[in-house]
Amino acid sequence: MTARRDPAVTRAEYCVIACAETWRGAGEVLASPMGLIPSLGARLARLTFSPDLLLTDGEALLVGPDGTVEGWLPYRRHLTLVTGGRRHVMMGASQLDRHGNQNIACIGDWAQPRRQLLGVRGAPVNTLNNPTSYWIPRHSRRVFVPRVDMVCGVGNDRADGARFHRLVRVVTDLGVLDFATPDGSMRLASLHPGVSVEEVQEATGFPLTVPDEAPYTREPTAEELRLIREEIDPGNTRAREVDH
Amino acid sequence: MTGAMTGAATGAATGVMTGVTTGATTGAADKTMTAEDVVARLASGMTIGIGGWGSRRKPMALVRALLRSEITDLTVVSCGGPDVGMLAAAGRIRRLIAPFVTLDSIPLEPNYRAAREQGRLQLTEYDEAMFLWGLRAAASRLPFLPVRAGLGSDVMRVNPHLRTVTSPYDDGETFVAVPALRLDAALVHVNRADRRGNGQYLGPDPYFDDLFCEAAETAYVSCERIVDTAELTKDAPPQTLLIQRHRVTGVIEAPHGAHFTSCAPDYGRDEDEQRAYATTPWPQFAARYLADGGTP
Repeated sequence: MTARRDPAVTRAEYCVIACAETWRGAGEVLASPMGLIPSLGARLARLTFSPDLLLTDGEALLVGPDGTVEGWLPYRRHLTLVTGGRRHVMMGASQLDRHGNQNIACIGDWAQPRRQLLGVRGAPVNTLNNPTSYWIPRHSRRVFVPRVDMVCGVGNDRADGARFHRLVRVVTDLGVLDFATPDGSMRLASLHPGVSVEEVQEATGFPLTVPDEAPYTREPTAEELRLIREEIDPGNTRAREVDH
Repeated sequence: MTGAMTGAATGAATGVMTGVTTGATTGAADKTMTAEDVVARLASGMTIGIGGWGSRRKPMALVRALLRSEITDLTVVSCGGPDVGMLAAAGRIRRLIAPFVTLDSIPLEPNYRAAREQGRLQLTEYDEAMFLWGLRAAASRLPFLPVRAGLGSDVMRVNPHLRTVTSPYDDGETFVAVPALRLDAALVHVNRADRRGNGQYLGPDPYFDDLFCEAAETAYVSCERIVDTAELTKDAPPQTLLIQRHRVTGVIEAPHGAHFTSCAPDYGRDEDEQRAYATTPWPQFAARYLADGGTP
């Protein structure tokens, strides 16, 4: 594989592009990004190829990409919207297994955890009601584990045919993973330019399905790069989340 | 313990409660009381719902009064923030029912974490939608509500009391039957209230505060400022009137009563104070926080 990496494009920017692609063709739905780079990706998608997306201010308002208020979405209405399905969420994960089971609640035995984290939050309702993707800013064996300690977001092997369960993709600082395999387990979908298959597999605590020719994450267009650098994130906060 | 306060609630309705006087001009009950009056009506072993969300509009003046009392062995129902952290640190919580505990700008609540990691409290961990629908069930006097959440997740494993229900219609889908989250008492903090118990929020999000009041036998509403009823809608639309007086037992004027959590638009979160709370060992922080004349 020959690297065709444009030296001008940073890893963080490939991550923004890969996150933005999550909402391509989503239509008039709420993009719920959790994490900085997914938020930049959602705004980029809204400004370019998915102009009908709805965005929030992270609290109780629906806002345009310039911050113009267009709606009211307090916590309870947000949860109701989740159950109506017009939303594609990109959550984080403290642990994620090969079928996409996600943990954000605690590490160790739930009864008396070694490390208490946030709690299940809305991961169970999210995964049973609207398309769900994940963002992992540091792809490592600490996150990609054979078995999660507490299933918060429901994976493909536990969904039991749930009507509206759909895991879409996992974007990391190394590449993009999806679940396009016969048993719904994780597959390498693309590598960010400069990353090797071996690097991804080494950082993953379970065997990944790898296609014969793993493609690279697509290049940003000149206009996308301009938007990211001059309008969406002129302060380069993205480099604080992914700095390599 | 649910239902133990029925007597007090009835008392409020009939005006025989201590401290309840009759408004001279309207005839409606004046429900104003102090935070200490509220605590005097609570008891160990109760199930108490606490409004707000994370480190936003938490009824901290009421929580502080609770911490100053001997009341313990509580079941606390909360979208948890420092309310949960402080009560857990002080050893007052027997069981917590919550979908998360966070300080927002400090994602993990240190005192709650310590309590969990040392096994000092029991936890009923619900998904956020299960929590909301549980409050709605209680508010509507239903034993449960079906919700499409929880199945397939370990919420079912760690809550073996949860049951499922199958749709009686053609779809035949199975749901979690979230049990009603009935409360003995609700504690919430809003921006304004009148003396009768009509509560108004002026920020962007009501959170679940009205539902907490509706799910409870008794509800105590602290506010930044008590105003005349007519003043509530003088400069604000009627839909800001979140809490209706028929569910409210007591009204407490507590300026800065949510501090150090936020109470938009009256004030934002006091990040310095929150950082001090998060980084100071609880006994040391409590000595200052619970002292007479401590910061509001």
